[in-house]
Amino acid sequence: MSNGHAETQEGTRPPAASPLLQTKAVSKEYPGVRALDGVDFDLLPGEVHVLFGENGAGKSTLISILAGANQPSAGQILYRGEPVTLHSVHDARAYGISAVFQEFSLIPQMTVEENLFLGAEPTRAGFTDRARIRREALEILDELGFALRPEQRVDHLTRAEQQMVEIAKAFRSDLSVLILDEPTASLTNHETDHLFGLIGQLTQRGVGIVYITHRMAEIRRIGDRITVLRDGAYIDTLDAKTASEDDLVRLMTGRVVGGIFPALDLGEPGEPVLEIHNLSTAGETVVDASMTVRAGEIVGMAGLVGSGKSELMQACFGAGPIESGSVLLKGRDITGNTPRRNIRAGFLYLPADRRNEGLMMMRSVRENVSLASLDIAPFSNGVVLDRSGEVRAVTALAGRLNLSPPRIERAVDHFSGGNQQKAMLARSLTRAYDLIVFDEPTVGVDVGTRASIYQFIVELAKSGTAIVLISSDLPEILHLTTRAYVFYRGRVQAELKADQLTEENVLAHFFEREAA
Amino acid sequence: MAGNTLTAQVQGGAADTVKRLFVKLGILPFLLVIAIVVFTLMSDNFLTPRNLMNVLRQSVYLMIVSLGQMMALLTGGFDLSVGTILALSSVTGAMAMAAFYAAFPEMAGVAIALGCLAGIAAGVSVGVMNGVGVAFFNVSPFMMSLGMASVGFGVALYLTGGVPVYGMPQAFGDVFGFGMLFGIPAPVYVAAVLVLALYAFLNWTPQGRYFYAVGGNLKAASLSGINTTGTLFLTYVLCAFFAAVAGMLLTARLDTGEANIGASMPLESIAACVIAGVSLRGGVGRLENVVLGALFIGLVQNGMNLARIESYLQTVVLGALLILAVIADQIRLRYVASLKD
Repeated sequence: MSNGHAETQEGTRPPAASPLLQTKAVSKEYPGVRALDGVDFDLLPGEVHVLFGENGAGKSTLISILAGANQPSAGQILYRGEPVTLHSVHDARAYGISAVFQEFSLIPQMTVEENLFLGAEPTRAGFTDRARIRREALEILDELGFALRPEQRVDHLTRAEQQMVEIAKAFRSDLSVLILDEPTASLTNHETDHLFGLIGQLTQRGVGIVYITHRMAEIRRIGDRITVLRDGAYIDTLDAKTASEDDLVRLMTGRVVGGIFPALDLGEPGEPVLEIHNLSTAGETVVDASMTVRAGEIVGMAGLVGSGKSELMQACFGAGPIESGSVLLKGRDITGNTPRRNIRAGFLYLPADRRNEGLMMMRSVRENVSLASLDIAPFSNGVVLDRSGEVRAVTALAGRLNLSPPRIERAVDHFSGGNQQKAMLARSLTRAYDLIVFDEPTVGVDVGTRASIYQFIVELAKSGTAIVLISSDLPEILHLTTRAYVFYRGRVQAELKADQLTEENVLAHFFEREAA
Repeated sequence: MAGNTLTAQVQGGAADTVKRLFVKLGILPFLLVIAIVVFTLMSDNFLTPRNLMNVLRQSVYLMIVSLGQMMALLTGGFDLSVGTILALSSVTGAMAMAAFYAAFPEMAGVAIALGCLAGIAAGVSVGVMNGVGVAFFNVSPFMMSLGMASVGFGVALYLTGGVPVYGMPQAFGDVFGFGMLFGIPAPVYVAAVLVLALYAFLNWTPQGRYFYAVGGNLKAASLSGINTTGTLFLTYVLCAFFAAVAGMLLTARLDTGEANIGASMPLESIAACVIAGVSLRGGVGRLENVVLGALFIGLVQNGMNLARIESYLQTVVLGALLILAVIADQIRLRYVASLKD
């Protein structure tokens, strides 16, 4: 045990307590993206340390590094003062570091007990000791108070139950650090209470908890310290008991970005372009949602990830199933139409996940930009491609969007995140669209590119296009939209007109507020 | 000392150039050069115009099948039933041709046309089944084409009872099997027409681009308004069409309809594509390279024959080459990341 690192702490704990787990200037780079930028973080024994920040701020990257699932590009991890290298989740577990990620690491075809002991099956004479697995699985589930049977198959469980298995898995071995990524997202109140009880017991035993949540109530209830991350960088560490919500939001979103938003001098909105009536999707990801978007306005859709805002627009676009309700585009019923028909009718949806849903990573910028418009001029005459017309059009768009470097034949994979995003956004200019939906257009994009993307969106709106901006980024909703709908758990929670668009108002529906 | 460092630098520069060439062109040019050098040293008869024309003629069947296989690979799948399609079209085409010719001996031309049509239709029907399974029911291409390979082979054996089909008009073999025009064998013309047509289709039409898009990112293609189901369906139908044409050409060469031809086609056609740099992950591949890839395999087989390498050992070499090509592709991907352009 070493005690030479106390000076890095800004918390309320007495400096005598030396950190259990600590990172020093940890960075993580992906091709084109700097996900973490020299982050210092420390976790004391027996504390619940909350990580707070927007989507893409680097929280998930940080915990995946702490859990050994990811290796830092630079920087150091110290466990009880000693530098350690965590090559794998297995390595981390050997130090007693366990993580419960949002994406489950369960094997659906296996039973609860098989999953609990996966990779660490107790054996007797070389064979798995099934009796011992059953006994210990029951012990763990009992201790946690989870109503699960060890022999149930995981794919037959509800999401909340799977979450419980995932949590139980972390409790299997001797714990010193437990990492929880929004663990209550799919738990009921009762289950949440139980989990918090357990967290209390663990902290009493000196286990350190790293906890990611968006919910203020939870921070108040179990948090000791809060570290705020933004754009991959460390911002500040605060005392959870005294930090105000406004402070946190300010730190999280960063007021300094004020200058990157263009002036919103849009004219009066025109005719309704998109009308959604009482739309619901299967599995209740969207429930009874209605909204209207007019020509020349930018309508925001705010809410947490999974609140149904993306799913609603995907369903309208034909990329997800509609259970009931109707969608009208310029007065004509488009309910259930395919993306192909919608695109030709003038409705484009640009997905949030450019890598998995938006771009052909190994193909050139040129092919990616022209993809949705190969049936029309200047890209073809309907039958034969016009290669030189395509090159001219895409070169012009690359210039207009400041693609850097301006090499349209280079594979998209080799551009930075911001320039990849530009390649995808350029699609919206390859055809005359009446309605364009931008889903999280600035995720993983640097500040400079953000500014040009905002400018681009406002120009589109000025030219009379109806714009829907889906965003989990609060300043975008506040500064870039003329009207916003706030989603919470699949429902339209509120519609906020321009004069009601304040941080206070949006947040009132955005987070689960403390009883007020 | 100084001399050594200099040599090291020169070597480093040369290695870097080779690395860049490798990243840009893939493994095929290197293999071609090695093969030509090795076989020229092993046999005097190898590097003669006559033998090279032989290689071209022998490679034509594999080349045509590889065109189709490339389509399947481009969309992120593959087709293991190409061999069966070859056999089924050969058997069906030969039977139809022989039957019509027996009934109307004076109408040889019509018999040939009808027979070819029947054979190609039989082959394409396998492709339709593959396409329905993969595109509409989301069956993995592996299972679908493996299953259809068994179904098609069974049907071909059932139709013939396992014996070759005779009785086709003499003219069929004379023209499509052994015919020559300006010193070039007739099948080469057929292959040339197919290659040019597919090249134009893939590179000059929107639908051609969509094959790359579907393999490049299925979800993105769908969100960009591309009919992904139709594209996948078309892929397997076209793949079967090419295999069936190869089947009819091979029938003409053999002068019999055989249920046992084409067994090595799945492996060889995939090898030709992969050696030519077609990605197994889909979305990447160039037709001109696939043509070269098929020629390369023909070249290796021809060279090994001339060098008197036993045919059993030849299969070993072919399998090893395929694996080598896949490993090279992986290494190349790693280099791509470090070089970028």
